[in-house]
Amino acid sequence: MNMIQFLGALEIGLLYGLVSLGVYLTFRAINFPDLTVDGTFPLGAAVAATLLVNGVHPILATIAAIFAGGLAGFITGYLHVRWNILGLLAGILTMTALYSVNLRIMGRPNIALLSELTLFSYFKGSHVVLWSMFGIIIGVLYLLYRFLASQFGLALRATGINPRVSPSYGINIGLMTLIGLAASNGLVALAGALFAQAHGFADISLGTGTLITGLASVIVGESLLPKHRLWFVLIACVLGSILYRLAIALALNSQFAGLQAQDLNLITAVLVVIAMLVPKIRQKFTLKPRQNL
Amino acid sequence: MITLNNISVTFGKGSPLETTVFEDFNLLIKSGEFVTVIGGNGAGKSTLMNLISGDILSNSGSIVLDNIAVTKWPTHKRARLISRVFQDPLLGSYADLTIEENLNLAFSRGKSRTLKMALSASLREQFRERLSHMALNLENRLNDKMGLLSGGQRQAVSLVMATLRPSKILLLDEHTAALDPKMEGLILELTQRLIQEKQLTALMITHSMSQALELGTRTLMMHHGKIVRDLQGEERNQLQAKDLVGFF
Repeated sequence: MNMIQFLGALEIGLLYGLVSLGVYLTFRAINFPDLTVDGTFPLGAAVAATLLVNGVHPILATIAAIFAGGLAGFITGYLHVRWNILGLLAGILTMTALYSVNLRIMGRPNIALLSELTLFSYFKGSHVVLWSMFGIIIGVLYLLYRFLASQFGLALRATGINPRVSPSYGINIGLMTLIGLAASNGLVALAGALFAQAHGFADISLGTGTLITGLASVIVGESLLPKHRLWFVLIACVLGSILYRLAIALALNSQFAGLQAQDLNLITAVLVVIAMLVPKIRQKFTLKPRQNL
Repeated sequence: MITLNNISVTFGKGSPLETTVFEDFNLLIKSGEFVTVIGGNGAGKSTLMNLISGDILSNSGSIVLDNIAVTKWPTHKRARLISRVFQDPLLGSYADLTIEENLNLAFSRGKSRTLKMALSASLREQFRERLSHMALNLENRLNDKMGLLSGGQRQAVSLVMATLRPSKILLLDEHTAALDPKMEGLILELTQRLIQEKQLTALMITHSMSQALELGTRTLMMHHGKIVRDLQGEERNQLQAKDLVGFF
């Protein structure tokens, strides 16, 4: 792996760090298996690219993408909270609908951003995208930490840990689910919008595998840092994403395995399975059952 | 004061498994009363508690707490008037959050949760002080995960959580049933002390006849969704656990 590949992996790892933070919000914080993100990532890209092509300011276009993503998450939450549709299914339904919505928004399967101004065209110098992504991630990490450490955020995390007891402490589980899903999908759409601007295109098929990539990053991150501090947990999501990208780059660039780009999804799935099995296997072989407590 | 008027509860209405638990059920608990409830399985003790907490909504009738009609209110809305300790120490609190965070969630019961930081030095001091009253040495473990505590310690913290904020009624759902005898004694003592100190109105379900008589000011015996004995005052004072068994 050479320097260009390394920096490329770092950049994409930072960008997908936003996705992994979003996945953390649903899969961990509110304990809701949300599949909407496979549709919200291209949604964010589509909204941003379409607006940019129409001459909208990049900041406005990016904010619009975040709101579009938040709305998509809200719809999944509404289907689940109001109409009791199974969480997994609600996410799949929204994701399916989003495929058509994304095509409608773009008007065609892909949009190229050639001469349009993007968020990244305001800075000059080398590795603009990398440095900007770095700054954005730090900002998002801070905001997310601030949110989750607040009274409201604590209640939101509590919902995922013990939904049975939460109402008796005055926590409205339905509301928390809605907010969690909206925030998560807003983050993922932001990632999509940044992806479109960094890589100069939006494509209808961008979303495939978004969720599993995010989940892989969350799991990799969890195995790196201890879980008892909120800060650690959030940073671990981003670190996990970067490591995951590096691992993929390494796997694809090593000659011995004979792996090629098309093997990416297979590698990802195998990675997630391994990461999920390791703790269980470790438990089985090393831990003796404790006799007296 | 809490009143249940003409309450009816039917589970699985319209299905072959339809069962009527309560029919035209009435109960009045005055402020400051500490009511113990006993009864066999299926007597309706838990249903009574869930009715008051909002986990179960009645098919008809009304529930009024100090002139506030809460009949249709969901659990999270009633939470500002009602506090509760659950039977299972594992279910009643948040194992994956620290003791401090658990107390914090309880501290926000009945208040609107804002984006202000949840934890603060002044709150921490307040929590530390509350925990030190229990003499369980938990005041120095605020940053430990709740899941690290023993069942008894968790119930003790749960009790503190339930009494951090004022409530119209404290519901105790066999909250010592999962504990060993020594811990059970300790928790009961703590319960009594808290109720007396804060002059709480309380409703406690128990399986123990002697507990039902020793604790509290009034004892209800339930059977098939009805109150078959309502013991208070002199009559109650003269009763012993073995007399109660005779009633079954």
